[in-house]
Amino acid sequence: MAIPKVCGIETEYGIQVVGGDPNPIAASSLLINAYAHDVARQQTEWDFEDEAPGNDARGFAREGSMPPQVETHLVNTVLTNGARFYVDHAHPEFSTPECSDALECVRYDRAGEVVLIRAMEAADLTVRDGSHLVIYKNNSDGKGNSYGTHENYLMDRAAPFTRIVAGVTPHFVTRQIFAGAGKVGAETSVHDGQRVDFQLSQRAEFFEEQVGLETTLKRPIVNTRDEPHADPHRYRRLHVIVGDANLAEVATFLKVGTTSLVLAMIEDDVSGSRSLALADPVTAMHEVALDRTFSRPLRMADGSTATALAIQWELYSLARKYADDRGLECMGAEGIGEEVLSRWENVLNGLETDPMSLAGQLDWVAKLQLIEAYRQRHGCAWDDPRLAALDLQYHDLRPSRSLFARLDTERIVAEASVVAAVVEPPRGTRAWFRGQCLKKWPTAVVTANWDSLVFDLGADPLRRVPMMDPLKGTAEHVEELLNACASPSELLDRLSG
Amino acid sequence: MAEREQKKRASPERADEVVEEVPAASAAGDKLKAELDDLLDEIDEVLEDNAEEFVRNYVQKGGE
Repeated sequence: MAIPKVCGIETEYGIQVVGGDPNPIAASSLLINAYAHDVARQQTEWDFEDEAPGNDARGFAREGSMPPQVETHLVNTVLTNGARFYVDHAHPEFSTPECSDALECVRYDRAGEVVLIRAMEAADLTVRDGSHLVIYKNNSDGKGNSYGTHENYLMDRAAPFTRIVAGVTPHFVTRQIFAGAGKVGAETSVHDGQRVDFQLSQRAEFFEEQVGLETTLKRPIVNTRDEPHADPHRYRRLHVIVGDANLAEVATFLKVGTTSLVLAMIEDDVSGSRSLALADPVTAMHEVALDRTFSRPLRMADGSTATALAIQWELYSLARKYADDRGLECMGAEGIGEEVLSRWENVLNGLETDPMSLAGQLDWVAKLQLIEAYRQRHGCAWDDPRLAALDLQYHDLRPSRSLFARLDTERIVAEASVVAAVVEPPRGTRAWFRGQCLKKWPTAVVTANWDSLVFDLGADPLRRVPMMDPLKGTAEHVEELLNACASPSELLDRLSG
Repeated sequence: MAEREQKKRASPERADEVVEEVPAASAAGDKLKAELDDLLDEIDEVLEDNAEEFVRNYVQKGGE
Protein backbone atom coordinates (compact mmCIF):
# COMPACT_ATOMS: atom_id res chain seq x y z
CA MET A 1 0.00 0.00 0.00
CA ALA A 2 1.06 3.56 -0.68
CA ILE A 3 2.62 5.27 2.33
CA PRO A 4 1.09 8.45 3.81
CA LYS A 5 1.65 11.36 1.48
CA VAL A 6 3.34 13.75 3.86
CA CYS A 7 3.79 16.97 1.92
CA GLY A 8 5.06 20.52 2.05
CA ILE A 9 5.55 23.64 -0.08
CA GLU A 10 8.63 25.88 -0.29
CA THR A 11 7.99 29.33 -1.70
CA GLU A 12 10.61 31.79 -2.84
CA TYR A 13 8.94 35.17 -2.73
CA GLY A 14 9.72 38.08 -4.99
CA ILE A 15 11.14 41.02 -3.04
CA GLN A 16 11.51 44.65 -3.99
CA VAL A 17 12.87 47.62 -2.09
CA VAL A 18 11.06 50.82 -2.93
CA GLY A 19 13.16 53.93 -2.34
CA GLY A 20 16.20 52.29 -0.74
CA ASP A 21 19.17 49.95 -1.22
CA PRO A 22 17.92 47.56 -3.91
CA ASN A 23 20.18 44.65 -2.84
CA PRO A 24 17.74 41.72 -2.57
CA ILE A 25 19.98 39.65 -0.29
CA ALA A 26 20.30 42.50 2.21
CA ALA A 27 16.56 43.15 1.96
CA SER A 28 15.68 39.48 2.47
CA SER A 29 17.99 39.33 5.51
CA LEU A 30 16.42 42.46 6.94
CA LEU A 31 12.98 40.99 6.42
CA ILE A 32 13.70 37.67 8.11
CA ASN A 33 15.70 39.20 10.95
CA ALA A 34 12.86 41.60 11.61
CA TYR A 35 10.47 38.68 11.87
CA ALA A 36 12.74 36.52 14.04
CA HIS A 37 13.66 39.33 16.44
CA ASP A 38 10.59 41.54 16.53
CA VAL A 39 7.67 39.26 15.75
CA ALA A 40 8.56 35.68 16.68
CA ARG A 41 11.24 36.70 19.23
CA GLN A 42 13.09 33.55 18.54
CA GLN A 43 16.51 32.80 17.16
CA THR A 44 17.04 29.10 16.68
CA GLU A 45 19.15 28.67 13.59
CA TRP A 46 19.01 26.13 10.84
CA ASP A 47 21.46 23.23 11.04
CA PHE A 48 23.13 22.28 7.75
CA GLU A 49 24.35 18.87 8.87
CA ASP A 50 23.20 16.20 6.38
CA GLU A 51 22.22 18.53 3.56
CA ALA A 52 23.15 17.00 0.22
CA PRO A 53 21.21 18.72 -2.55
CA GLY A 54 23.63 17.33 -5.14
CA ASN A 55 22.63 13.69 -4.74
CA ASP A 56 20.81 12.34 -7.75
CA ALA A 57 17.79 10.06 -7.49
CA ARG A 58 18.86 8.18 -10.59
CA GLY A 59 21.76 6.85 -8.56
CA PHE A 60 24.67 8.79 -10.01
CA ALA A 61 26.46 11.83 -8.73
CA ARG A 62 26.75 15.24 -10.37
CA GLU A 63 27.56 14.23 -13.99
CA GLY A 64 28.91 17.67 -14.71
CA SER A 65 25.73 19.34 -13.51
CA MET A 66 25.65 22.13 -10.98
CA PRO A 67 24.22 21.14 -7.63
CA PRO A 68 22.70 24.05 -5.77
CA GLN A 69 25.08 25.75 -3.36
CA VAL A 70 24.05 25.91 0.26
CA GLU A 71 24.73 29.38 1.55
CA THR A 72 25.49 28.90 5.19
CA HIS A 73 26.20 32.55 5.90
CA LEU A 74 22.71 33.77 5.16
CA VAL A 75 19.89 34.27 7.64
CA ASN A 76 18.18 31.03 8.42
CA THR A 77 15.57 30.46 11.10
CA VAL A 78 13.25 27.75 12.30
CA LEU A 79 9.80 28.73 13.56
CA THR A 80 7.64 27.22 16.28
CA ASN A 81 5.19 25.97 13.66
CA GLY A 82 8.00 23.75 12.38
CA ALA A 83 8.61 25.86 9.27
CA ARG A 84 11.90 27.16 7.94
CA PHE A 85 12.15 30.86 7.05
CA TYR A 86 15.38 31.93 5.39
CA VAL A 87 17.27 33.71 2.65
CA ASP A 88 17.68 31.52 -0.40
CA HIS A 89 19.86 33.12 -3.06
CA ALA A 90 18.26 36.52 -3.46
CA HIS A 91 14.80 35.71 -2.12
CA PRO A 92 13.07 35.20 1.20
CA GLU A 93 11.87 31.61 1.31
CA PHE A 94 9.25 30.03 3.52
CA SER A 95 9.18 26.23 3.73
CA THR A 96 6.07 24.86 5.36
CA PRO A 97 6.51 22.18 8.00
CA GLU A 98 5.76 18.60 6.98
CA CYS A 99 1.97 18.38 6.59
CA SER A 100 -0.25 15.30 6.77
CA ASP A 101 -2.38 16.13 3.77
CA ALA A 102 -3.26 18.62 1.05
CA LEU A 103 -5.67 20.65 3.20
CA GLU A 104 -3.12 21.06 5.98
CA CYS A 105 -0.62 22.05 3.30
CA VAL A 106 -2.98 24.82 2.16
CA ARG A 107 -3.26 26.03 5.75
CA TYR A 108 0.53 26.22 6.24
CA ASP A 109 1.10 27.74 2.82
CA ARG A 110 -1.36 30.46 3.83
CA ALA A 111 0.35 30.76 7.22
CA GLY A 112 3.51 31.45 5.23
CA GLU A 113 1.79 34.42 3.59
CA VAL A 114 0.85 35.74 7.03
CA VAL A 115 4.47 35.36 8.18
CA LEU A 116 5.69 37.28 5.13
CA ILE A 117 3.13 40.06 5.68
CA ARG A 118 4.09 40.40 9.34
CA ALA A 119 7.78 40.31 8.43
CA MET A 120 7.27 43.03 5.83
CA GLU A 121 5.49 45.26 8.34
CA ALA A 122 8.16 44.66 11.00
CA ALA A 123 10.98 45.35 8.52
CA ASP A 124 9.39 48.62 7.41
CA LEU A 125 9.41 49.79 11.03
CA THR A 126 13.15 49.16 11.38
CA VAL A 127 14.31 51.16 8.35
CA ARG A 128 14.54 54.88 8.79
CA ASP A 129 15.33 56.05 5.28
CA GLY A 130 11.73 56.17 4.05
CA SER A 131 12.11 53.01 2.01
CA HIS A 132 9.80 50.03 2.23
CA LEU A 133 9.73 46.40 1.16
CA VAL A 134 7.19 44.82 -1.15
CA ILE A 135 6.77 41.05 -1.25
CA TYR A 136 5.22 39.20 -4.16
CA LYS A 137 4.01 35.61 -4.18
CA ASN A 138 4.74 34.86 -7.82
CA ASN A 139 7.40 33.09 -9.88
CA SER A 140 8.90 35.50 -12.37
CA ASP A 141 9.70 39.13 -12.97
CA GLY A 142 8.39 39.07 -16.54
CA LYS A 143 11.93 39.58 -17.84
CA GLY A 144 13.16 36.02 -17.96
CA ASN A 145 14.09 35.60 -14.30
CA SER A 146 12.22 32.87 -12.46
CA TYR A 147 12.21 31.75 -8.84
CA GLY A 148 10.55 28.66 -7.56
CA THR A 149 7.67 27.26 -5.63
CA HIS A 150 8.63 23.70 -4.83
CA GLU A 151 6.51 20.91 -3.46
CA ASN A 152 7.81 17.90 -1.55
CA TYR A 153 6.12 14.54 -1.16
CA LEU A 154 7.11 11.58 0.99
CA MET A 155 7.47 8.44 -1.08
CA ASP A 156 8.31 4.83 -0.51
CA ARG A 157 11.93 4.14 -1.48
CA ALA A 158 10.73 0.86 -2.99
CA ALA A 159 9.04 2.65 -5.90
CA PRO A 160 11.61 2.70 -8.73
CA PHE A 161 12.56 6.19 -9.84
CA THR A 162 12.01 5.36 -13.52
CA ARG A 163 8.40 4.45 -12.73
CA ILE A 164 7.97 7.74 -10.86
CA VAL A 165 9.30 9.71 -13.85
CA ALA A 166 7.05 7.90 -16.32
CA GLY A 167 3.97 8.11 -14.11
CA VAL A 168 4.21 11.69 -12.97
CA THR A 169 5.36 13.43 -16.16
CA PRO A 170 1.93 13.49 -17.88
CA HIS A 171 0.46 14.99 -14.70
CA PHE A 172 3.17 17.64 -14.40
CA VAL A 173 2.74 18.65 -18.03
CA THR A 174 -1.05 18.99 -17.80
CA ARG A 175 -1.99 19.91 -14.22
CA GLN A 176 -1.27 23.57 -15.04
CA ILE A 177 -4.76 23.74 -16.56
CA PHE A 178 -6.03 24.09 -13.00
CA ALA A 179 -2.85 24.75 -10.98
CA GLY A 180 -1.34 27.50 -13.14
CA ALA A 181 -1.22 31.02 -11.72
CA GLY A 182 -1.52 32.72 -15.12
CA LYS A 183 0.79 35.22 -16.77
CA VAL A 184 0.51 38.07 -19.25
CA GLY A 185 2.86 37.58 -22.21
CA ALA A 186 6.02 35.50 -22.57
CA GLU A 187 9.60 36.05 -21.45
CA THR A 188 11.73 33.26 -22.90
CA SER A 189 12.43 32.19 -26.47
CA VAL A 190 10.34 29.00 -26.36
CA HIS A 191 7.32 30.69 -27.92
CA ASP A 192 9.30 32.64 -30.53
CA GLY A 193 7.27 33.35 -33.61
CA GLN A 194 3.95 33.05 -31.80
CA ARG A 195 1.88 35.84 -30.39
CA VAL A 196 1.46 35.20 -26.67
CA ASP A 197 -1.18 37.22 -24.84
CA PHE A 198 -1.58 35.08 -21.78
CA GLN A 199 -0.25 31.79 -20.43
CA LEU A 200 -1.87 29.43 -17.94
CA SER A 201 1.38 29.02 -16.05
CA GLN A 202 4.08 31.37 -14.81
CA ARG A 203 6.67 28.63 -14.87
CA ALA A 204 5.95 26.37 -17.84
CA GLU A 205 8.10 28.23 -20.35
CA PHE A 206 11.16 27.90 -18.09
CA PHE A 207 11.33 24.11 -18.41
CA GLU A 208 13.81 22.64 -20.86
CA GLU A 209 14.42 19.00 -19.89
CA GLN A 210 12.30 16.05 -18.84
CA VAL A 211 14.53 14.78 -16.04
CA GLY A 212 17.50 16.29 -14.23
CA LEU A 213 19.12 17.63 -11.11
CA GLU A 214 19.17 21.35 -11.81
CA THR A 215 16.68 23.88 -10.52
CA THR A 216 18.09 27.14 -11.91
CA LEU A 217 19.37 26.21 -15.36
CA LYS A 218 17.89 23.81 -17.87
CA ARG A 219 15.06 23.17 -15.45
CA PRO A 220 13.70 19.62 -15.63
CA ILE A 221 10.02 18.61 -15.37
CA VAL A 222 11.04 15.88 -12.92
CA ASN A 223 13.76 16.93 -10.54
CA THR A 224 16.10 14.18 -9.39
CA ARG A 225 17.40 15.72 -6.18
CA ASP A 226 17.74 12.80 -3.82
CA GLU A 227 17.87 14.33 -0.39
CA PRO A 228 15.20 12.55 1.66
CA HIS A 229 15.77 14.36 4.99
CA ALA A 230 14.68 11.00 6.41
CA ASP A 231 15.84 7.39 6.53
CA PRO A 232 17.12 6.95 2.95
CA HIS A 233 16.53 3.21 2.98
CA ARG A 234 12.81 3.59 3.52
CA TYR A 235 11.92 6.98 2.12
CA ARG A 236 12.29 9.25 -0.83
CA ARG A 237 11.31 12.91 -0.90
CA LEU A 238 10.07 13.77 -4.37
CA HIS A 239 11.13 17.36 -4.96
CA VAL A 240 8.74 18.99 -7.41
CA ILE A 241 9.82 22.18 -9.14
CA VAL A 242 7.24 22.59 -11.95
CA GLY A 243 4.58 24.35 -9.89
CA ASP A 244 3.45 27.96 -9.75
CA ALA A 245 2.88 29.81 -6.49
CA ASN A 246 -0.87 29.83 -5.94
CA LEU A 247 -2.88 32.35 -4.01
CA ALA A 248 -6.24 30.65 -4.60
CA GLU A 249 -6.66 28.02 -1.90
CA VAL A 250 -8.58 25.63 -4.12
CA ALA A 251 -5.73 25.72 -6.65
CA THR A 252 -3.14 24.89 -3.98
CA PHE A 253 -5.38 22.13 -2.61
CA LEU A 254 -5.79 20.58 -6.06
CA LYS A 255 -2.13 20.98 -7.00
CA VAL A 256 -0.99 19.10 -3.90
CA GLY A 257 -3.96 16.74 -3.62
CA THR A 258 -3.98 15.47 -7.20
CA THR A 259 -0.20 15.08 -7.18
CA SER A 260 -0.36 13.10 -3.92
CA LEU A 261 -2.94 10.81 -5.50
CA VAL A 262 -0.93 10.30 -8.68
CA LEU A 263 2.15 9.47 -6.59
CA ALA A 264 0.17 7.02 -4.45
CA MET A 265 -0.93 5.24 -7.63
CA ILE A 266 2.69 5.10 -8.80
CA GLU A 267 3.73 3.52 -5.50
CA ASP A 268 1.00 0.93 -5.88
CA ASP A 269 1.95 0.45 -9.54
CA VAL A 270 -1.52 1.30 -10.82
CA SER A 271 -1.81 2.40 -14.42
CA GLY A 272 -4.55 2.46 -17.03
CA SER A 273 -4.86 0.49 -20.24
CA ARG A 274 -3.83 3.53 -22.23
CA SER A 275 -0.26 4.80 -21.93
CA LEU A 276 -0.12 8.50 -21.08
CA ALA A 277 3.51 8.84 -22.16
CA LEU A 278 4.00 12.02 -24.20
CA ALA A 279 6.24 12.06 -27.25
CA ASP A 280 7.86 15.34 -26.19
CA PRO A 281 6.86 16.36 -22.65
CA VAL A 282 8.84 19.62 -22.67
CA THR A 283 7.26 20.97 -25.84
CA ALA A 284 3.87 19.72 -24.66
CA MET A 285 4.28 21.66 -21.43
CA HIS A 286 4.92 24.86 -23.37
CA GLU A 287 1.96 24.17 -25.65
CA VAL A 288 -0.44 23.49 -22.81
CA ALA A 289 0.45 26.84 -21.24
CA LEU A 290 -0.76 28.65 -24.37
CA ASP A 291 -3.97 26.73 -24.88
CA ARG A 292 -6.95 28.27 -23.13
CA THR A 293 -9.33 25.89 -24.86
CA PHE A 294 -7.46 22.73 -23.78
CA SER A 295 -8.18 21.33 -27.22
CA ARG A 296 -4.69 21.36 -28.69
CA PRO A 297 -3.71 17.78 -29.50
CA LEU A 298 -0.47 16.74 -27.82
CA ARG A 299 1.66 14.09 -29.48
CA MET A 300 1.80 10.88 -27.50
CA ALA A 301 4.68 8.42 -27.52
CA ASP A 302 2.50 5.75 -29.16
CA GLY A 303 1.77 7.97 -32.14
CA SER A 304 -1.72 8.99 -31.06
CA THR A 305 -2.72 12.42 -29.75
CA ALA A 306 -4.48 13.59 -26.59
CA THR A 307 -5.49 16.96 -25.20
CA ALA A 308 -4.36 18.19 -21.78
CA LEU A 309 -7.93 17.90 -20.58
CA ALA A 310 -8.22 14.31 -21.85
CA ILE A 311 -5.01 13.38 -20.02
CA GLN A 312 -6.37 14.92 -16.84
CA TRP A 313 -9.68 13.06 -17.25
CA GLU A 314 -7.75 9.83 -17.71
CA LEU A 315 -5.72 10.45 -14.53
CA TYR A 316 -8.87 11.40 -12.66
CA SER A 317 -10.72 8.24 -13.75
CA LEU A 318 -7.74 6.13 -12.78
CA ALA A 319 -7.64 7.80 -9.36
CA ARG A 320 -11.39 7.37 -8.88
CA LYS A 321 -11.06 3.65 -9.54
CA TYR A 322 -7.95 3.43 -7.36
CA ALA A 323 -9.88 5.04 -4.51
CA ASP A 324 -12.78 2.61 -4.91
CA ASP A 325 -10.46 -0.41 -5.04
CA ARG A 326 -7.90 0.47 -2.40
CA GLY A 327 -9.20 3.34 -0.32
CA LEU A 328 -7.65 6.73 0.33
CA GLU A 329 -5.95 6.24 3.66
CA CYS A 330 -2.61 7.55 2.38
CA MET A 331 -4.25 10.92 1.61
CA GLY A 332 -4.35 12.03 5.25
CA ALA A 333 -7.26 13.04 7.45
CA GLU A 334 -10.69 11.48 6.99
CA GLY A 335 -12.43 12.74 3.87
CA ILE A 336 -9.45 14.56 2.31
CA GLY A 337 -8.94 12.04 -0.48
CA GLU A 338 -12.63 12.17 -1.41
CA GLU A 339 -12.56 15.95 -1.33
CA VAL A 340 -9.60 15.97 -3.73
CA LEU A 341 -11.42 13.65 -6.10
CA SER A 342 -14.67 15.57 -6.03
CA ARG A 343 -12.98 18.94 -6.56
CA TRP A 344 -10.74 17.49 -9.26
CA GLU A 345 -13.81 16.24 -11.14
CA ASN A 346 -15.55 19.54 -10.57
CA VAL A 347 -12.76 21.67 -12.09
CA LEU A 348 -12.31 19.34 -15.06
CA ASN A 349 -16.03 19.67 -15.74
CA GLY A 350 -15.77 23.43 -15.38
CA LEU A 351 -12.77 23.65 -17.71
CA GLU A 352 -14.64 21.57 -20.26
CA THR A 353 -17.88 23.53 -20.22
CA ASP A 354 -17.25 27.06 -18.94
CA PRO A 355 -13.70 27.79 -17.74
CA MET A 356 -14.56 31.29 -16.57
CA SER A 357 -16.99 29.77 -14.06
CA LEU A 358 -13.88 28.73 -12.11
CA ALA A 359 -12.74 32.31 -11.42
CA GLY A 360 -13.58 31.83 -7.77
CA GLN A 361 -11.34 28.78 -7.51
CA LEU A 362 -8.35 28.97 -9.84
CA ASP A 363 -5.65 31.66 -10.05
CA TRP A 364 -5.21 31.78 -13.80
CA VAL A 365 -8.95 32.12 -14.36
CA ALA A 366 -9.34 34.75 -11.65
CA LYS A 367 -6.46 36.74 -13.12
CA LEU A 368 -7.66 36.37 -16.70
CA GLN A 369 -11.18 37.44 -15.77
CA LEU A 370 -9.83 40.53 -14.06
CA ILE A 371 -7.62 41.38 -17.01
CA GLU A 372 -10.39 40.84 -19.56
CA ALA A 373 -12.73 43.06 -17.57
CA TYR A 374 -10.05 45.73 -17.36
CA ARG A 375 -9.33 45.48 -21.09
CA GLN A 376 -12.99 45.89 -21.90
CA ARG A 377 -13.40 48.90 -19.71
CA HIS A 378 -10.24 50.69 -20.83
CA GLY A 379 -9.98 49.31 -24.33
CA CYS A 380 -6.34 48.33 -23.95
CA ALA A 381 -4.35 45.97 -26.14
CA TRP A 382 -2.58 42.95 -24.68
CA ASP A 383 0.79 44.72 -24.72
CA ASP A 384 -0.50 47.62 -22.63
CA PRO A 385 1.82 47.93 -19.60
CA ARG A 386 -1.22 48.31 -17.35
CA LEU A 387 -2.02 44.63 -17.95
CA ALA A 388 1.46 43.57 -16.92
CA ALA A 389 1.03 45.79 -13.87
CA LEU A 390 -2.27 44.09 -13.02
CA ASP A 391 -0.57 40.72 -13.36
CA LEU A 392 2.23 41.72 -11.00
CA GLN A 393 -0.05 43.39 -8.51
CA TYR A 394 -2.30 40.33 -8.37
CA HIS A 395 0.56 38.73 -6.40
CA ASP A 396 1.43 41.72 -4.16
CA LEU A 397 1.09 40.49 -0.57
CA ARG A 398 0.36 43.91 0.94
CA PRO A 399 -3.29 43.89 1.95
CA SER A 400 -3.62 47.51 0.80
CA ARG A 401 -2.37 46.69 -2.70
CA SER A 402 -3.08 43.03 -3.37
CA LEU A 403 -5.50 42.53 -6.25
CA PHE A 404 -6.01 38.87 -5.38
CA ALA A 405 -7.19 39.85 -1.90
CA ARG A 406 -9.92 41.97 -3.50
CA LEU A 407 -11.37 39.03 -5.39
CA ASP A 408 -14.00 36.84 -3.85
CA THR A 409 -12.24 33.49 -4.16
CA GLU A 410 -13.33 30.45 -2.21
CA ARG A 411 -11.60 29.86 1.11
CA ILE A 412 -11.24 26.28 2.28
CA VAL A 413 -9.29 26.87 5.48
CA ALA A 414 -10.69 29.01 8.26
CA GLU A 415 -8.78 32.25 8.81
CA ALA A 416 -8.43 31.50 12.54
CA SER A 417 -6.78 28.17 11.75
CA VAL A 418 -4.33 29.94 9.42
CA VAL A 419 -3.41 32.41 12.13
CA ALA A 420 -2.96 29.54 14.61
CA ALA A 421 -0.73 27.76 12.06
CA VAL A 422 1.67 30.72 12.16
CA VAL A 423 2.87 29.49 15.55
CA GLU A 424 1.46 25.96 16.03
CA PRO A 425 2.99 22.95 14.25
CA PRO A 426 0.95 20.28 12.44
CA ARG A 427 -0.01 17.47 14.83
CA GLY A 428 0.46 14.51 12.53
CA THR A 429 4.15 14.65 11.55
CA ARG A 430 7.57 15.08 13.20
CA ALA A 431 7.07 18.85 12.73
CA TRP A 432 5.08 18.62 15.94
CA PHE A 433 8.11 17.56 17.98
CA ARG A 434 10.32 20.20 16.33
CA GLY A 435 7.82 22.98 16.87
CA GLN A 436 6.87 22.09 20.42
CA CYS A 437 10.51 21.79 21.55
CA LEU A 438 11.24 25.21 20.04
CA LYS A 439 8.22 26.64 21.82
CA LYS A 440 8.96 25.03 25.16
CA TRP A 441 12.73 25.48 25.27
CA PRO A 442 13.67 28.22 22.81
CA THR A 443 17.13 28.77 24.25
CA ALA A 444 18.05 25.09 24.72
CA VAL A 445 17.40 24.16 21.08
CA VAL A 446 20.42 25.71 19.41
CA THR A 447 19.89 24.46 15.89
CA ALA A 448 17.25 22.48 14.07
CA ASN A 449 16.67 21.02 10.66
CA TRP A 450 14.20 18.65 9.01
CA ASP A 451 15.60 15.49 10.55
CA SER A 452 17.19 16.50 13.86
CA LEU A 453 17.25 18.94 16.76
CA VAL A 454 20.41 19.95 18.62
CA PHE A 455 20.13 20.80 22.32
CA ASP A 456 22.59 22.77 24.41
CA LEU A 457 22.12 21.75 28.03
CA GLY A 458 24.91 23.88 29.43
CA ALA A 459 27.79 21.84 30.79
CA ASP A 460 27.45 18.75 28.60
CA PRO A 461 28.40 18.52 24.93
CA LEU A 462 25.66 19.42 22.46
CA ARG A 463 23.12 16.62 22.08
CA ARG A 464 21.55 15.80 18.73
CA VAL A 465 18.10 14.20 18.62
CA PRO A 466 17.62 12.50 15.25
CA MET A 467 14.14 12.45 13.69
CA MET A 468 14.66 10.20 10.69
CA ASP A 469 11.01 9.24 10.35
CA PRO A 470 8.63 12.04 9.25
CA LEU A 471 5.73 9.99 10.64
CA LYS A 472 7.14 9.86 14.19
CA GLY A 473 7.37 12.65 16.73
CA THR A 474 3.70 13.40 16.15
CA ALA A 475 1.38 14.75 18.85
CA GLU A 476 0.01 11.27 19.25
CA HIS A 477 3.50 9.88 19.90
CA VAL A 478 5.12 12.50 22.09
CA GLU A 479 2.56 14.96 23.44
CA GLU A 480 2.29 13.14 26.74
CA LEU A 481 6.04 12.81 27.05
CA LEU A 482 6.66 16.48 26.30
CA ASN A 483 3.99 17.58 28.76
CA ALA A 484 5.58 15.40 31.44
CA CYS A 485 9.08 16.82 31.01
CA ALA A 486 9.95 19.90 33.03
CA SER A 487 13.29 20.49 31.33
CA PRO A 488 15.09 19.58 28.10
CA SER A 489 17.56 17.41 30.03
CA GLU A 490 14.67 15.40 31.41
CA LEU A 491 13.37 14.97 27.86
CA LEU A 492 16.75 13.79 26.59
CA ASP A 493 17.16 11.41 29.54
CA ARG A 494 13.78 9.87 28.87
CA LEU A 495 14.38 9.68 25.11
CA SER A 496 17.71 7.89 25.57
CA GLY A 497 16.53 5.81 28.52
CA MET B 1 -13.54 18.99 8.67
CA ALA B 2 -16.08 21.54 9.82
CA GLU B 3 -14.12 24.36 8.28
CA ARG B 4 -14.45 22.98 4.77
CA GLU B 5 -17.28 23.63 2.44
CA GLN B 6 -18.34 20.17 1.48
CA LYS B 7 -19.86 19.76 -1.92
CA LYS B 8 -21.58 16.43 -1.82
CA ARG B 9 -22.59 14.93 -5.07
CA ALA B 10 -24.59 11.82 -5.51
CA SER B 11 -22.98 10.31 -8.54
CA PRO B 12 -19.39 10.14 -9.75
CA GLU B 13 -20.61 9.88 -13.32
CA ARG B 14 -19.27 12.60 -15.49
CA ALA B 15 -22.33 13.15 -17.67
CA ASP B 16 -24.53 13.78 -14.64
CA GLU B 17 -22.06 16.23 -13.23
CA VAL B 18 -22.18 18.55 -16.20
CA VAL B 19 -25.91 18.97 -15.93
CA GLU B 20 -25.86 19.32 -12.20
CA GLU B 21 -22.90 21.63 -11.74
CA VAL B 22 -22.95 24.16 -14.51
CA PRO B 23 -25.90 26.37 -13.54
CA ALA B 24 -24.60 26.89 -10.02
CA ALA B 25 -21.10 27.58 -11.27
CA SER B 26 -22.33 30.14 -13.81
CA ALA B 27 -24.40 31.89 -11.18
CA ALA B 28 -21.27 32.16 -9.09
CA GLY B 29 -19.50 33.52 -12.16
CA ASP B 30 -22.17 36.20 -12.65
CA LYS B 31 -21.87 37.23 -9.04
CA LEU B 32 -18.12 37.50 -9.49
CA LYS B 33 -18.61 39.65 -12.57
CA ALA B 34 -20.80 42.06 -10.65
CA GLU B 35 -18.13 42.24 -7.98
CA LEU B 36 -15.50 42.74 -10.66
CA ASP B 37 -17.28 45.88 -11.78
CA ASP B 38 -16.93 47.27 -8.28
CA LEU B 39 -13.36 46.09 -8.19
CA LEU B 40 -12.53 47.83 -11.47
CA ASP B 41 -13.73 51.07 -9.93
CA GLU B 42 -11.31 50.49 -7.11
CA ILE B 43 -8.39 49.31 -9.22
CA ASP B 44 -7.65 52.65 -10.82
CA GLU B 45 -7.01 53.98 -7.35
CA VAL B 46 -5.01 50.98 -6.16
CA LEU B 47 -2.99 50.26 -9.28
CA GLU B 48 0.54 51.61 -9.14
CA ASP B 49 0.59 55.10 -10.67
CA ASN B 50 2.99 54.66 -13.54
CA ALA B 51 2.32 51.14 -14.81
CA GLU B 52 5.18 51.14 -17.28
CA GLU B 53 7.76 52.24 -14.73
CA PHE B 54 6.32 49.96 -12.06
CA VAL B 55 6.64 46.92 -14.32
CA ARG B 56 10.07 47.96 -15.61
CA ASN B 57 11.44 48.37 -12.09
CA TYR B 58 10.39 44.93 -10.96
CA VAL B 59 13.57 42.96 -11.61
CA GLN B 60 14.41 39.82 -9.66
CA LYS B 61 17.40 37.56 -9.55
CA GLY B 62 16.70 33.96 -10.47
CA GLY B 63 16.34 31.72 -7.49
CA GLU B 64 15.96 28.09 -6.48
